[in-house]
Amino acid sequence: MSSTRPGENRPANRPVYLDYQATTPCDPRVVEAMLPYFTEKFGNPHSRNHLYGWEAEDAVERAREQVAALIGADPKEIIFTSGATESNNTALKGVAHFYRDKKDHIVTLVTEHKCVLDTCRHLETEGFKVTYLPVETNGLVDLARLEAAITERTAVVSVMAAHNEIGVVQPIAEIGAICRRHGVFFHTDCAQAVGKIPLDVNAMNIDLMSISGHKIYGPKGIGALYVRRRPRVRLQALINGGGQERGMRSGTLATPLVVGLGEACVLAKAEMEAESARLTGLRTRLLEGLRARLPEIYVNGDLDHRLPGNLNISFAFVEGEGLMMGVKDLAVSSGSACTSASLEPSYVLRALGLDAEMAHTSLRLGLGRFTTEAEVDFAIDHIAEAVTRLRSLSPLWDMHLEGIDIKSIQWAEH
Amino acid sequence: MSYSDTVVDHYEHPRNVGALDQADSAVGTGLVGAPACGDVMKLQIKVSAEGIIEDAKFKTFGCGSAIASSSLVTEWVKGKTLDEAAEIKNTDIARHLALPPVKIHCSVLAEDAIKAAIADYRRKTPQEPPQ
Repeated sequence: MSSTRPGENRPANRPVYLDYQATTPCDPRVVEAMLPYFTEKFGNPHSRNHLYGWEAEDAVERAREQVAALIGADPKEIIFTSGATESNNTALKGVAHFYRDKKDHIVTLVTEHKCVLDTCRHLETEGFKVTYLPVETNGLVDLARLEAAITERTAVVSVMAAHNEIGVVQPIAEIGAICRRHGVFFHTDCAQAVGKIPLDVNAMNIDLMSISGHKIYGPKGIGALYVRRRPRVRLQALINGGGQERGMRSGTLATPLVVGLGEACVLAKAEMEAESARLTGLRTRLLEGLRARLPEIYVNGDLDHRLPGNLNISFAFVEGEGLMMGVKDLAVSSGSACTSASLEPSYVLRALGLDAEMAHTSLRLGLGRFTTEAEVDFAIDHIAEAVTRLRSLSPLWDMHLEGIDIKSIQWAEH
Repeated sequence: MSYSDTVVDHYEHPRNVGALDQADSAVGTGLVGAPACGDVMKLQIKVSAEGIIEDAKFKTFGCGSAIASSSLVTEWVKGKTLDEAAEIKNTDIARHLALPPVKIHCSVLAEDAIKAAIADYRRKTPQEPPQ
């Protein structure tokens, strides 16, 4: 293993990285595993007639086994893609198109990632019906409601395992059991969950699972889709060509990236238990540290059913983007409107029933493999100081101190 | 998004933060925006007997551009007559702070805040008819 880990020897002008749900750095061990496949072992894994092809093919098949092992799958059930967005598109469009004669209905949640929601919207324009289920105020789906939404026309239920924004972990095994009982496929976007929480495609009755490389300390530009073989799930391919990946995804595989994804899965599997405990400890330290310094802060999403490395907090009376500017020595993200081109606050926080004003005050704090206790302590200080300063600038904080309910005021919404 | 140096300066060293006595008849208070939209500005002016704005204070809930816009206008209105202050245009604010298009609404809100403070002052202290 390389001696320097990302995050160590951080130059003074680089912010502390607390945005691990956006992306993760490549683990140096992953990079090391990839390197030979850029240069000397550069062969096309689909070349069947010489050593260059064979060694690349061996590497790809080893990676396939490594990915499969992390989720309890058979290597034949793993196809490589360019990332979770492509996996989600392939799974949903692939199933919808293949089974469209008999089934034309999809069930999903309003809080899914944009790439699932946008794919569903696209399928609606093709005539498919989609049920977008609401979530409870803690971000979790009501299982009875989910079951009730399934009809004999339902082809697939798509529910993400762990949420990118609020970190909540859905009851995947229970959803899988419901889907199996009704004979509908279960797709789960596991971009955030793989390698972070235990997943088993058989125990959880998962039929399709989307996997991302760069969320698990692997490279960007690579992902995978688990496609169950028994009972078989059939997909109409999105990308046609030479018939690679069992015809479900043509195109020459990016051997170095595939190798990197495989290695990332090996590391995640080996370290998951210890890392999960470590991150849960850091997250508790962060939350308790902030609570000790700041009144009126609220965690968005269920705290018990949650990724170890995620916190999403509303700092009441302080606008999120203004706060991000104040914590400029931290790299974090906000659910506030102002961070995006649109002026709408996070649709995910709104789906939890949060008022728009609370959604505007949120920060997402993502901890990961290279986060240290010293960085967490630094973040507590930095955030507490910024929030305190911005509250001293906030007319809403003054109103709160005077006991005025800001909801009682007739605001001129613009 | 990267902010202009002027925005950063006003954000980090906001001018004229605070409050004036709302009950004072020489004080006009403007409260504009909405928490649900992510920005609220409170701008207060204190008007001298000669009709000159002699003090201004603000408090803002919002992004860096909203804080900077309101901080800037507290500087600009001081020393002006009410009519002169009412002439401040959002485009001037936006240009001075080099606001990107998605932040223009912050400058619009700051202009609204000045107008609201002036209107409040005039409501509280009706103008004497010309002699």
